[in-house]
Amino acid sequence: MTLKEGKTGMNLRIVSLEDSPLKTRLMTMGLIPGTKVTVLRSAPFGDPMALRIRSYNLALRREDAGKITVEAV
Amino acid sequence: MSTLAVALTGNPNTGKSTIFNELTGARQKIGNWPGVTVDKKVGYVNHNDRAISIVDLPGTYSISARSPEEKIVIDYLMNNKLDLVMDVVDSSNLERNLFLTVQLLEQGVPLLIDLNMQDEASAHGIHVDMKKLEELLGMPVVETVGRSSKSTKKLLDVFTSTVMSQYHPSEILEEHIAKIKEIRQNAASADAAEEAVIEARYAFIDRIMSEAVTMDNAGLTKSEKIDKVLANGVLALPIFLAIMYGVFQITFEWIGQPLADALDGLINEDFIEFAKEALEGMGVADWMVSLVTDGIIAGVGAVLTFVPLIFVLFFCLSFLDGTGYMARIAFITDPIMRRCGLTGKGIMPLMMAHGCAVPAVMGARALDSEKDRLVSILVTPFLTCGAKLPIMALFAAMFFPDNAGDVVFGMYIIGVVMAIIAAKILGATTFKGEGSTFLLELPPYRMPDMKTVLLETWDKGKGYLIKAGTIIFAASVLLWVMSNYNFSGPCEIDESILATLGSWMSTLFVFHGFATWEAGAALLSGIMAKETVVATMGVLYGAADVSTEADEALEAAKTMLGTGMATSFTTLSAFAFMVFSQLYTPCVTALGTIKKETNSWKWMGFSAVYMFAIAWVVSLIVYQGGKLMGF
Repeated sequence: MTLKEGKTGMNLRIVSLEDSPLKTRLMTMGLIPGTKVTVLRSAPFGDPMALRIRSYNLALRREDAGKITVEAV
Repeated sequence: MSTLAVALTGNPNTGKSTIFNELTGARQKIGNWPGVTVDKKVGYVNHNDRAISIVDLPGTYSISARSPEEKIVIDYLMNNKLDLVMDVVDSSNLERNLFLTVQLLEQGVPLLIDLNMQDEASAHGIHVDMKKLEELLGMPVVETVGRSSKSTKKLLDVFTSTVMSQYHPSEILEEHIAKIKEIRQNAASADAAEEAVIEARYAFIDRIMSEAVTMDNAGLTKSEKIDKVLANGVLALPIFLAIMYGVFQITFEWIGQPLADALDGLINEDFIEFAKEALEGMGVADWMVSLVTDGIIAGVGAVLTFVPLIFVLFFCLSFLDGTGYMARIAFITDPIMRRCGLTGKGIMPLMMAHGCAVPAVMGARALDSEKDRLVSILVTPFLTCGAKLPIMALFAAMFFPDNAGDVVFGMYIIGVVMAIIAAKILGATTFKGEGSTFLLELPPYRMPDMKTVLLETWDKGKGYLIKAGTIIFAASVLLWVMSNYNFSGPCEIDESILATLGSWMSTLFVFHGFATWEAGAALLSGIMAKETVVATMGVLYGAADVSTEADEALEAAKTMLGTGMATSFTTLSAFAFMVFSQLYTPCVTALGTIKKETNSWKWMGFSAVYMFAIAWVVSLIVYQGGKLMGF
């Protein structure tokens, strides 16, 4: 599955990131293969989503989250 | 002894600016880094008989030179001989913060590492072993508590000591650096190398974390709990609206407006009288007295009375920004902003634009992509800034006495709707296909540091004061001369240069219902500053002391109803005039800011022309459409 389908409360692990101009920025912010991600909540209308990653909170749009493959922990 | 050169670096939201402000107080100089629109802050302080200069480098997550800020940090550190570089890290968020730290160490920059927000970290069950961290990196580590000036003052002792000379990169750091070098040499492509290097950095950080940090709390943090209410689902929107309502109440009802009224009384009654008597007492010529009182003091005063409103609004917004709530607003409004062709991060400039377009245009710096920045810069001037409000209030009170409030509110809405339509059109044409991203840290909620909030308010609002002292001053003199003279000497106002220019301008509005030279002249003066539109009308229709305050519009309307203004507009043409004033060309100060921020005459010219064209068309539709419908 991709992170796009993540629902509130899910604990996930990043498997891979699709190539995109955003890729190195996402990786710099700590989203690299093997990193654990918790889906915290969504903005009104379900997008963007808030994540807990490496002990901080990051918001990103579901469209961009679709470029990140994850697995359940 | 020479001045000790110190630079501060760190991620955004680490309290770095607060530490900088605590250390240097008001002894700081804010300028620009050459060639870019990023603030350069330098502060000076004396301690232990040493003069210390401290540079607050922009907060960045990395130094990969992908943004102007990142480029500034790395260039500054590489090209300047610094005695000390302090890296401020947020202890409650050490993992991601260490990324920048490690990257800096790779570049051979010796760092003093400051664990800030230690109190917050231990409240979250995070404990950092400082000795172990020193050992692992081979760099000195100190700690500070967010807003305690005592702990930041201690930093000065560290700065003036010889601490850096006792430390050398650790063995594991040297190993990491060697590994990075190897990856770069053997990688198939630059992208692959960059990705492998990032992974290697986090692998190194994971090792540091496992040895120096313990975390015994896996539950939700305090901020995450608060966010369950403030930034979760649809409920977050009414809360946001309530908070915004509060901000506008504080600005326009409770604090800002009363201050503005007091200042207005002081300038327009007491000071003008005083100046008049003083000048007449000195035997100054009549024309000079008139220039100083009717021209300069009235003109500059009209702008100064907005200063409390602007500062109170910016104080509220800076305060919200300091708490971390502004990031939540960006988060919860992104779905709506996005449908409007904007981005959630653009909400702050949009709100500032209701005070003044100048800081709103500057606020677009915070946006991620070039496209988002330009769209934001081009559409925010459509909104009702503090200076347009008196125009709306006066016309509404004069021509729509029964529902003035609704009409003014309607103008706000027209501004917002036009901004959205323009953003949509720009997104679909000029900037077609360019991506927009939204990657935003939601920092922990914090009580903002007052010194930092005040300095930020001053920073955002000072442009307005400068405008009063320069552009408005010059505009007041120019307007006074143009309305009292023509090319053959002193004259009545309807034969003045202003009347001539106004009647040229008015030929543009023959199908709009307000093709009078007075309206033309008022609109022309509005390009210099919107504040002068009402004042110019007052002068032109022979009611010199008409109030330019929105909340005194009723009295002003009574005065103006007795003049020719009442008969030169119909209800419909007055409405068309309001629409035009709401949407047309930004004032020269805003245009100048657009030039500076986009670094392009083209975008500035585009902004001036397209807004005029849109205002002309929309106002024409309103007038002709209204006539067809029988108004």
